[in-house]
Order: sequence, then C-alpha cells, then structure tokens
Amino acid sequence: MALLEAVGVAKRFGGLQALGGVSLAVEAGEIVGLIGPNGAGKTTLFHLVSGFLAPDAGTIHFAGEPVVGLKPHALCRRGLARTFQLVKPFPGLTVLENVRVGALARLPRFPAATAQAREVLAFVGLAAKADLPARALTLAERKRLELARAFATGPRLLLLDEVMAGLTPTETGEVVELCRRINATGVTVLLIEHVMRAVMTLSQRVVVLNQGQVIATGPPAAIAADPRVIEAYLGPEHGHADP
Amino acid sequence: MSHLGRTLMLIALVILVALPAVLGSRALTVFVFIFFYAYLGQAWNILSGYGGQLSAGHAAFVGVGAYTTTVLAMYAGISPWLGMFAGAGLAALLGAVVGFLGFRFGLRGFYFVLLTVAFAEVCRIVALNTEAIGGALGLYITFTGDPWQFQFQDNRGYYYVALALMVAATGLTAGVERSRLGAYLTAIREDEDAAEALGVDTFRYKLVAIVLSAFLTGLGGAFYATYLFSLQPNTVFGIPLSVDIILRPVVGGAGTLLGPILGSFILTPLAELSRTYFARTGLAGTHLVVYGLLLIAVVLFLPRGAYPHLARALARRRTAA
Repeated sequence: MALLEAVGVAKRFGGLQALGGVSLAVEAGEIVGLIGPNGAGKTTLFHLVSGFLAPDAGTIHFAGEPVVGLKPHALCRRGLARTFQLVKPFPGLTVLENVRVGALARLPRFPAATAQAREVLAFVGLAAKADLPARALTLAERKRLELARAFATGPRLLLLDEVMAGLTPTETGEVVELCRRINATGVTVLLIEHVMRAVMTLSQRVVVLNQGQVIATGPPAAIAADPRVIEAYLGPEHGHADP
Repeated sequence: MSHLGRTLMLIALVILVALPAVLGSRALTVFVFIFFYAYLGQAWNILSGYGGQLSAGHAAFVGVGAYTTTVLAMYAGISPWLGMFAGAGLAALLGAVVGFLGFRFGLRGFYFVLLTVAFAEVCRIVALNTEAIGGALGLYITFTGDPWQFQFQDNRGYYYVALALMVAATGLTAGVERSRLGAYLTAIREDEDAAEALGVDTFRYKLVAIVLSAFLTGLGGAFYATYLFSLQPNTVFGIPLSVDIILRPVVGGAGTLLGPILGSFILTPLAELSRTYFARTGLAGTHLVVYGLLLIAVVLFLPRGAYPHLARALARRRTAA
C-alpha cells in the first residue's frame, strides 16, 4: 500500500465544490508535485490530508491506517508534517526555539530537542540565524524556517505548500536542492508549487488538479506535453491547437 | 538567564529574607502585598502570559480557594494549611471546566476573555446568594494567633509565607519555561495552527495550563483569606481583583519570568500609598485614576512591559563593563 492514499475525497464550502472526489497515492520515497491553476483545490487537499479540515466524503490512509478525523497534531506524531502557504513562524521566538518546537514532537527532553534543532538548522543553512527572533528573517529565510520546523518533527511524509513562491531564481534553486537532500534522508515529499521549472526538475511524478478534479498524473515530461494540462492553464484554444 | 541575572536574583532574595529585621509592621504589610500580587500574577502568567489565553476572571479561582479553605476551617476544623490544598484542588477543577468549555469549543481571543469573566461573575453571584457561606456579608475569621490556623502574632510570619509563595511560583515557572510544556505554550500563543501542525496537542496543553494556573491561584486565595481575616463575594470574586491580578504581569512583562515580580514592585506600593494617601485626604478611589493613568502609560510606552527594557539595560552594562 502507498504511504499516502486518498480515495474519492470531496469537500464543499457552501456553494463551492472545492474538491469533487479526488484520488491520489504517494509511494514511500517519492517526490510528487501537485500543480494546478489557482482555485484548483490544492491547498484544500493539503488541509484535508493534514487534518485541518474533514472531508465530506472519501477516505484517507496514511501508512496503512485510516486518518480521517485525526487532529493535525496526531497526524504529525504519526509522521505527516506540513508547511503553510502563508508562512506561520512563531514571530516572538528565536529561530532555534521555532525549530525546537518541531523537534520536541519526537524528543520530549529539552537538551536532546535543542541539539536536534541545531542540527536541522545547520542542514537547512540557517545556523547563523539561530538566535535571531523569527520576525527578523527575510521571506526566503522564513520559508526555509517553515521547512526546517516541519522537517524537525521527524516526518515520513512532508507536505510543502508553495515553499518557493516569492523567491528569487537563486533562492528557488537552493530550496530545490534542499528538498532533494531532505528526500535523500528518506522523507517522502508532496509539494504544491507554481514555479514550474522547480516542480518539473524536482518531481518524479506530477499530479495536476483542475476545478477540484485530478486531470492528469505522470512523469514531468509527459505532463508538460499533455493537452488537458495546457488547456487548464492557458485556456481551450491553446490546448487544442497544440498537437 | 545570564550568570549576572542569577547573581542579582540571589542577592535580591537575600535582601528580602533579611528585610523584616529592619522594617516596621506597616512597611512589611506593603511587602506582603507585593509578594502576594506577584504570586497571583505569576500564576496568571502561566496561562495568559506564556500560553496567550487571556483570563480576566482569575478572581474566580482566588474566591474558590479562599472560601473553601475558610469554610473547611470554620465548619470542619480543618487547618488552613491542609484546607488550602482542597481549595486549590477545587479551583483547579473549576479551571478545568472553564478550559474544557472554552478550548473544546475553540473560543479564542475576546470570546475566551468573556467566558472567564462570566464564570467569575457567576461565582460571585452564587456566593452572594448562598447564606450558608455568609451571603453578601461574607465570612469573618476569628483571630487566635495560632500558627496551625495559618495565623501569626507577628506580621513577619505572613511576610515569609508570602515570600515563599512568590519564590516557589517563580521557581515553578522557571521550570515550565525550560520544559516541553513551556515551549508548547509559547508556540500556542504565537500561532496556534502552526503549533498544532508541529505535533502540539493544543487543547491538552491549554487545559494543563489553566488547571495549573487555577491551582496556584486557589492556593493564593487561601492566603488572602487567612491574611485579611474576612472575605466578601464582591472582593474575592470581583472584577477589580481580576484586573489587579492582570495588571502586575502586564506592567512588568507578560510571558517573562520576572515580569510579575517587577510589575508588583512597581504597582503595589503605588496602589497602597495612593490608597492610604487619597483616603486620608478624602479622595477615596483616586488611586484607581492613578492606576489607570499608569496603565495607559505602559501600553503606550512599554507595550511589552518593563522587564525586556530592564534586561536590555543590564545586558548593555555587562558588555560595557
């Protein structure tokens, strides 16, 4: 069984059907990109998988167990961590304290959690900022902190919600590299991303959402050439014009 | 805390222990109130300063602790030294009820504040209308001077008990600061969703915080009753007491270890002096105006309380030296 398996997941907000029966499987060890136009339902899917929202229909299994109804903290303990599209640092805490909160999920003792947090900060390249308050960081650093905190919880699956949005090409390249290194430590990655070049180079597989439905799944090259995907992004005339 | 900070705290503690040798009874009373409000402020600080769950009804826990201890002593002959733990236990239970309702139903910000105020008011009204515990007249404790009844012939006895309470609560808070509980509480205060995503059972930790905070506040209530020998619903359950509890840590620095103590050293003497001064000049109640002005000044000029500024000044001195 896949590490993460969602079947027929649906979610409605009032009159808006955000997700209409989405199925998605992520195998252990993969890096999977989740793309789609604005409003396609990508973040909603993350909220459902991470326990922040409950689906109206469908099942979600993580590591073979049904997880619908579990709170986010319980999912985190089981090894599913996420970041937020609008980063949520603890602004008044130092960078080290921020990451330590994540590390405490596996290491209840302070000294061990602090040591772990320092290691993670070195891993993501924020060691020099450890004692600064998080509010003093630049956007690129905050995105990296968001990633570091989630990684410090010791996840098996990491859900990354637009960790590259708003970064310069150089910074984006660094985060791509960081994602690869995190994946190399054995962590499965599912990422929402609008920066196409990054998704296409990073992902082994890409899932395309449009209007609450999965419209295509496959390796990056095939997805880039898929007329349904081009249509979803650029409108119908482009989709059909391209053979 | 820095080495310098620890040394300064130790020196301060030695001075406070030695002080009764030179101070008169009137001055000792001011110190008793300084310690007492610092203690209550520290108890509040755990829930509201560190955890960010603003309670404006902590008088409820003072009142429950005070009434329970006094009733047990008057009607069952149980020493307040033991009764105070029963009172604190009941206060903790009340805290659990408030916390369960507030946190289970996801009340945040102002709505949680209103819930705490409402509970305190319900307690006050129930006490006002319960003749068995004295109704509006309240309860009066006969002075015997028996230490076993938590009574001392000499003001110094109360001084040392209040000092011990303040030091113990601060030691406990220092321990919380260095534990998962403290780290999780500050995370909840800073961003609850992010905390939840990082594995923090936010409901459980908020509940632990309010139970611990209410327990300590209930112990404080027992001291309040035995020190003042009388308790009335309007004073021990009243909103003014809740506000008094909040003001010290806010002025000193909420969510900092020494904030409640610093705030109490600033506010309590001011309150006591202006209370006696204005009462003597026939302007009773003016001390509340002074209070209000000071609070406005703090909010405008020291929005994070006095402690961060003091800490920075000390750090500068150290680097200069």
